[in-house]
Amino acid sequence: MENSILVTENLKAWYGDNEVIHGISMSFPQNHVIAIMGPSGCGKSTFIRCLNRIHELTPSSKTEGRIRLDDESIYSIPAIMLRRRIGMVFQKPNPFPTMSIFDNVLAGYKLNNIKLSSDEKDEIVENALRNTGLWEEVKDSLHQRGNFLSGGQQQRLCIARTIAMKPEVLLLDEPTSSLDPISAGKIEDLIVDLKDNYTIVIVTHNMQQAGRVSDKTAFFYLGRLIEYGKTDQIFTNPKHSKTQNYITGRFS
Amino acid sequence: MNEIGLNIRKLKNKTFTVVIALFTILTALPLIFIIYYVFRQGIAAINWQFFITLPKPVGESGGGIANALLGTVLIVLVASVMAVPIGIMAGVYMSENPDNRISRSARLAVEVLNGVPSIVIGIFAYLVVVIPTGGFSSFSGSFALAVMMLPLIIRTTEETLQRVPKALKESALALGAPYYRVIFKVVIPSGLSGIINGVMLAVARVTGETAPLLFTAFGNPYLNWNISKPMANLPLLIFNYATSPYKNWHRLAWGASLILIIFVLLLNITSRLAIKKWKIRF
Repeated sequence: MENSILVTENLKAWYGDNEVIHGISMSFPQNHVIAIMGPSGCGKSTFIRCLNRIHELTPSSKTEGRIRLDDESIYSIPAIMLRRRIGMVFQKPNPFPTMSIFDNVLAGYKLNNIKLSSDEKDEIVENALRNTGLWEEVKDSLHQRGNFLSGGQQQRLCIARTIAMKPEVLLLDEPTSSLDPISAGKIEDLIVDLKDNYTIVIVTHNMQQAGRVSDKTAFFYLGRLIEYGKTDQIFTNPKHSKTQNYITGRFS
Repeated sequence: MNEIGLNIRKLKNKTFTVVIALFTILTALPLIFIIYYVFRQGIAAINWQFFITLPKPVGESGGGIANALLGTVLIVLVASVMAVPIGIMAGVYMSENPDNRISRSARLAVEVLNGVPSIVIGIFAYLVVVIPTGGFSSFSGSFALAVMMLPLIIRTTEETLQRVPKALKESALALGAPYYRVIFKVVIPSGLSGIINGVMLAVARVTGETAPLLFTAFGNPYLNWNISKPMANLPLLIFNYATSPYKNWHRLAWGASLILIIFVLLLNITSRLAIKKWKIRF
């Protein structure tokens, strides 16, 4: 039996009176890549936004149900501590525009007012950038702002900024949807590399991507978890007809 | 359509283009003439003495406007110290909570306040500061100017910060940053060029205000550093000296006008440069 780092039980979420997640129970095994796919509006983004409690920042939103990280309810952890343990990367690359590349990687520390010695800083920055394959590309321009980087480089910088906090879980919300195929491919390779150290949950509406990077795949439809299993099994032998219709392209 | 008809239409089009271009040029004329006249009349008054000496009594020639220069700088500085933090914070709140009741009422209040005549703001300052404190003071003038600065600062802050993408704020929060640090370290810096621009325009706008200072800062023929006492300032000095019958005072008034215009022009130009330099595109 795999060791689950993150577990949701009967998770429900609302925007105002509109229930968008109807009771999802899922567990995320450690050091795996778990893909969540489904058509637009199926609640996959909202679902992962519940996992680091970003969802509750939206006015009039609400969640119900249990989420446990390392067997501890995430609601008993202060949100700002929880978010250091569960990092998140968003759809569009968005390095902080007023900070240098170096400071962007350290943004989590700076924003939390965690003091580091300059050796520690250099080490964290170099490690995070090496782990995201950016080091060779930016090592000579660390103290410039990141706006000259390509979209793919910016997104890797955002991943670097997130892993610099040494989280346990990485949530990726359609991280390649605004990138060209080559940059997207690099991010996918990176995701596979990163699972040695992190548990990665990736939301995608690109089935091929789910197939390429993930160990387990979940299929969401209209706010429900339709099917969840090993990626090979989901793609070759889906148990549910809706999953089959989706992966054979009968709807998207 | 015969050829003559077509030519007439073409001619009409041409004429129309020329006419609207002329009107556009016309809008720039008043400013050009103002600058031209003020320079011509004022430049003669400007010399070293003009900046460092006090006005001479009637009958004596020479003298300067050191009291009014210092006064304007101090009054506007104190006004900015009051208005800038309040304005920025209010703008932040309104862009963060655009649809709640506080923001909606505040937005309406800001719009109305922006349209309140400056003389009325002066009377208000007279009632709430001058009367309770028992006398005219530079501080009461700063208070009036601060009230006038608020709408511009609040509005530009709100408008600039609304253009900062929500995802940027969420990324900062997703790193575990507390809300107030996200505001101060990510949101405000990302909108800094717009905020600075708003502050500069607000300063430029109130520096030349005369009406709110008539019965607040009041004026003072001597050099004064004490903001609880009446204080000279450029607009009031211009008003008083220009309406006086003395030639020497007219000269000082033109000189003071020139300084005021140069100051306002410089502020406007620097704020444009600031926007160009620090603007962040999303």
